[in-house]
Amino acid sequence: MTEAPESSAARPAPLAVEIHGLDVTRGGAPALLDVTLSIARGSITGLLGPSGCGKTTLMRCVVGTQIVESGTVTVLGRPAGSAPLRSRVGYVTQEPSVYLDISIRDNVRYFASLYGRGNDAVAETIEAVGLSAHAHHAAGDLSGGQLSRVSLACALVGRPEVLVLDEPTVGLDPVLRAELWEHFASLAASGTTLLVSSHVMDEADHCESLLLLREGRLLAHVPPDELRRRTGKSNLEEAFLVLIRDQQVGVQP
Amino acid sequence: MIVNPRIYAASTTRILRQLRTDRRTVAMILFVPSLIMVLLYFLYQNVPTPAGQVPLFDRIAITMLGIIPFIVMFLVTSIAMQRERSSGTLERLLTTPLSKLDLLAGYGTAFSIAATAQAALACGVAFWFLSLTTQGSALWVILIAVVNAVLGVALGLLCSAFARTEFQAVQFMPVIVIPQLLLCGLLVPRNQLPQWLEWISNVLPLSYAVEALQQVATHPGTTALMWRDLGIVALFVAVALGLGAATLRRRTP
Repeated sequence: MTEAPESSAARPAPLAVEIHGLDVTRGGAPALLDVTLSIARGSITGLLGPSGCGKTTLMRCVVGTQIVESGTVTVLGRPAGSAPLRSRVGYVTQEPSVYLDISIRDNVRYFASLYGRGNDAVAETIEAVGLSAHAHHAAGDLSGGQLSRVSLACALVGRPEVLVLDEPTVGLDPVLRAELWEHFASLAASGTTLLVSSHVMDEADHCESLLLLREGRLLAHVPPDELRRRTGKSNLEEAFLVLIRDQQVGVQP
Repeated sequence: MIVNPRIYAASTTRILRQLRTDRRTVAMILFVPSLIMVLLYFLYQNVPTPAGQVPLFDRIAITMLGIIPFIVMFLVTSIAMQRERSSGTLERLLTTPLSKLDLLAGYGTAFSIAATAQAALACGVAFWFLSLTTQGSALWVILIAVVNAVLGVALGLLCSAFARTEFQAVQFMPVIVIPQLLLCGLLVPRNQLPQWLEWISNVLPLSYAVEALQQVATHPGTTALMWRDLGIVALFVAVALGLGAATLRRRTP
């Protein structure tokens, strides 16, 4: 059993994401097994687990690009991936997916026009990811960290209500990481729902609740402090390990 | 066919911007066909023309004016689209409000603009400097050349779905182009082909494009056969674009 009802009971606000009994098979092997969870609007949820545990697959399900075996994924009250959601859900893939041969501004401008946003949104968004000074540079000339911020800007410019971010802070220096988390917090404060994956536990404290995933199963859905209390570990990394060991001996969290 | 004019226009602009940054490709698209015309001219310079017959250069050049845009645009498009698929930008685009037809029409329009410039230049060189003569107007030759380029774009978009890498995309060129080149009536008049080859020739679009060009070469004004042939080529374009749209999947395994 997962702990999803706990967080939804605490927040009567309408749900951003509801997943029920989700099974996904990728490449002949199960990638997600009977995942059930719900995410409240205006929250930051961290999706954590070792690489290959199904984080990206779960995110693709929320965005609606993943073919699912069984189960339901509902986003903002509609089936994930349905046409009206395409302007309300933003997705940033792990590998920066932008056009390397055109400038930052032209990239963001293109995605802005897909979402029906104007030039002021373009300038604002480039400013928000700290790339104003480079706006006219070709994306292909940027460093890895800058490129992932361009990719982020291309999603932010649509002002999505649900923002799905796959490892957005990989390769960023500590200052930029802190800035980015501040930005995510301000987005959440203004009502955006964020689902952020990471494989480093030290980012978990930025999140209101954590989804801990291992081998396609949801181990727990808890706030960081609850995870500490339950496992008796102050370090989240250790807490996660305790949780995994308990699972292996068959103890339910 | 265009679902959202704003998104269609933005996609066309973005693709043209990408093309513009690649100056070497632009130069090759524009000038290579003209240079081939010049080469053809000198190739046949010393070949005697029997009295009352059309010079060999005129016969070959008019066909090549139609075939070269087809080949160039097939190559450019299949690689551009393959890149869009492998870089992750296609998957990303399909999570936005963009409709598949808007994207395909954007590719079609952007590369057709390039193809029009290319065909106009090659025809200009052939008619003015190399004294190519046809019964019909050079404008019809340009029109047919552009329709052929659009055919190349449509088949390139379709074939890119079956290529995992750019290497594979290039390999489709001989598969798709060379049989059509051999069977289109350039080397052997189609009615002199063995029956079974004529049947194959009858279902290949380039056969009709070449026949339309021969109509322009031998008739002042337009003929019903020319319009019928152009209609058949347009039909191939529509079918290839439709199949191409079917290969763009919003949900993948």
